[in-house]
Amino acid sequence: MSITLPSSAAEGRTDDRVPLLQINNLQVGFRTQTGLVPAVRGASLTLHAGETLAIVGESGSGKSTTAHAIISLLPGSGMVTGGEILFEGRDLTKISEKEMQDIRGKLIGFVPQDPMSNLNPVWSVGFQVQEAIKANGIAKGKADIKKHAVQVLKEAGLADADKRLKQFPHQFSGGMRQRVLIGIGLSSRPKLLIADEPTSALDVTVQRTILDNLEKLTREIGTALLFITHDLGLAAERAEHLVVMYKGQVVESGPSREILANPLHPYTQRLVAAAPSLASRRIQSSSHKLTELDYKATDVTEGLDLIETAEARADLLAAAKPREDAIVVENLTKVYKIRGAKEPFTAVDDVSFSIQRGTTMALVGESGSGKSTVAKMLLRLEDVTHGEIRINGINTAPLKGKALLSLRRKMQPVFQDPYGSLDPLRNIGNTIAEPLNTHKVGDKKARRERVFELLEQVSLPQSLSSRYPNELSGGQRQRVAIARALALKPEIVILDEAVSALDVLVQAQILQLLSDLQTELDLTYLFITHDLAVVRVIADHVSVMQRGKIVERATTDEVFDNPQKEYTKELLNAIPGAGIALRV
Amino acid sequence: MAGYILRRLLQAIPVFFGTTFLIYFMVFAMPGDPILALFGDKTPSPALVAQLRAQYHLDQPFIVQYFIYIGGIFQGNFGMSYSGQPVSEILLRTFPVTLRLAVLALFFETVFGILVGLISGLRKGKLFDGSSLVVSLILISLPIFVIAFVAQYVFGVQLGWARTTVGPGAPIQDLILPALVLASISFAQIVRLTRSSVIETSSLDFVRTAYGKGLSRNRIVPVHILRNSLIPVVTYLATDFGVLLVGATVTEGIFNVPGVGNTLYQAIIRSEGPTVVSFVTVMVLLYLVVNLIVDLLYGLLDPRIRYVK
Repeated sequence: MSITLPSSAAEGRTDDRVPLLQINNLQVGFRTQTGLVPAVRGASLTLHAGETLAIVGESGSGKSTTAHAIISLLPGSGMVTGGEILFEGRDLTKISEKEMQDIRGKLIGFVPQDPMSNLNPVWSVGFQVQEAIKANGIAKGKADIKKHAVQVLKEAGLADADKRLKQFPHQFSGGMRQRVLIGIGLSSRPKLLIADEPTSALDVTVQRTILDNLEKLTREIGTALLFITHDLGLAAERAEHLVVMYKGQVVESGPSREILANPLHPYTQRLVAAAPSLASRRIQSSSHKLTELDYKATDVTEGLDLIETAEARADLLAAAKPREDAIVVENLTKVYKIRGAKEPFTAVDDVSFSIQRGTTMALVGESGSGKSTVAKMLLRLEDVTHGEIRINGINTAPLKGKALLSLRRKMQPVFQDPYGSLDPLRNIGNTIAEPLNTHKVGDKKARRERVFELLEQVSLPQSLSSRYPNELSGGQRQRVAIARALALKPEIVILDEAVSALDVLVQAQILQLLSDLQTELDLTYLFITHDLAVVRVIADHVSVMQRGKIVERATTDEVFDNPQKEYTKELLNAIPGAGIALRV
Repeated sequence: MAGYILRRLLQAIPVFFGTTFLIYFMVFAMPGDPILALFGDKTPSPALVAQLRAQYHLDQPFIVQYFIYIGGIFQGNFGMSYSGQPVSEILLRTFPVTLRLAVLALFFETVFGILVGLISGLRKGKLFDGSSLVVSLILISLPIFVIAFVAQYVFGVQLGWARTTVGPGAPIQDLILPALVLASISFAQIVRLTRSSVIETSSLDFVRTAYGKGLSRNRIVPVHILRNSLIPVVTYLATDFGVLLVGATVTEGIFNVPGVGNTLYQAIIRSEGPTVVSFVTVMVLLYLVVNLIVDLLYGLLDPRIRYVK
């Protein structure tokens, strides 16, 4: 099936220039044992010199595959099976490997997704920058190449580049490594830069500075940018043109603002509705009645509206009587001794908060701020150095044996990575039943019934219970993890980045599910995240952590509408889409 | 760096005492009387037996014997074999031969193993890869003495390329065939290991990024694929050196190499405490040193575990 593109401004515009990049009806497939599996099924896009274009879509939509096909870097068995990729009028699908080698790096730069895995760990950073400069003939002679490398890295935002050339990737933070990769990508002043989710693995504040820098550099050099992301808000903020991909096809394309304001395709409409960055932004900026927005199309399959959810939550909280605290944390401190270092490291520093029964508190902060350590101490997976944790009024530190077991029964975790937190060798039924077995709840039959009941609660079919994790999607796995957490009918659920690894639409569904379950089962949530965007939708209270300390603590509305601390403002500003005037 | 080496060398001290004690104890606990065994079917006079026992300290309690022996080592005296030769002399005569054999074998298996493994990994599923798999499996599944006899017959007797036994002084050219035989099994292991390591590395993100930078395949293979793939191979080589020393016993027997293996085997049969313990101790120390070298090499290959202090 081939979808004709909705006619948008990009299509209608008459343009006499030869486009820098023109992809016509591109087909990419992966050869498998059962035949050719199509990944891209007729994608087309046009990018002119010096412009920015973003491809948006969820994982598996073919957006990265399209980008990799341009410079013929498809993994393993991937191959272009049809269509053409015209770069300055030359079809890149027909040229030899040698010719492609001359284009890569020199004319088309590439910035990969994950800065952690994209630098070779055994070579120094300088070496890896210099070899790119040398291969593309940008500079000749050792001293010249080195000078060039330093300059490239400085541009990319590494101020002390000359001192750091000899260092290795593991001595760099994720943000620094991404700067190095951007530096490499732009080192030869390419005409086109392909940036494949360049910042999705980074903290929001780092993300912002890096993207700002990338934008500035590409504008200065005049490089066209092909930007790939799953975040519609980010795409709209950073690119002039959007291409929305879904299941290997381009479903919508055109100028960013137009698409955002008036999405035509149902999938784009769902994306616009579900993107937490946009939703939270809209709540903030809107004086309109939000529910007037036409989200009818979204109800068809996803059936959720984050904004409505958030509003309902705020109303409920305002109406509810204050209840007793389920969790009280007082002066919590965690100090780690570091081998070789004289000073011990204080991961959590004098943290106090309390969470009312039936409410959600979000603990927000960047990586390394100590928020996960707090979760681990709550779960008694780490010992407390100082301070006290009281669950239902009981200090948890001295608990042992049976008492500890019953504490664990009341308090269950859901972790970030739905791929890592399920045992691949256990089927779903057994995974969910495991806590029941551990705590010896009911007989075999009762346990099985409970598993079915839980699957229903998290909206999964019963037939899934005999399947294995690798047969499930990321969203389904996270539902299983939630079902497992709920198996013992806990009062408290600790959600450590529970939706961070999920695609936006799936993320929205899980947030909705968590919200429903809370109302239904009277759960208390501690919701840990680095992403302030989702906080608006799920949390009643927010505590912002920075370097082990809580720097700001208030209700969600207060934090969003009237942030007190500079750091909180910074985090809020870093939510993608901040610069977009939404027509709501 | 120097501090790290020193620490590692200090760690060798408890290992030294531990192994010598264990080996000494095992030899001591072996059934049979070594003195009586010396005389075969003849019965020596009680006075002679007593004199010999006193000479080799066999009349002392075990722990005293052990410390007399250790004390001797620190004065450079490894004791006497029961045939009356100083053990240190036997050590000096045999170890260089075996060491030469083992190093030669190590050289062959490393060079050919990595080369074949690299090509197999880069051409996964092609004819070369398939053939190397078959050859490796054959080499792994055959006992070493079968390989030795076949090699002796084919290259020594039929083709006449090499001598079937090693001549006096064990010259290098005579050691090539035994070294190839000795290397064969480890060669197969290294081929498999390098191959899987190369395949794994090739699929890593930074290799794709290297192509994205505009580098040629000729540069990416040695610089970004091979170097990273060698890390597990080097670890294997460290443990393999020990296997080579032990494996040398069989190969030395077949090719009549005057090395450690033969001598040690004879000493064990005769319950010659000082000889066995000395040989094993030297082997253990050698093994420790090789492991230290490999660990340092490892740091060179992988900067993440480079020892900063």
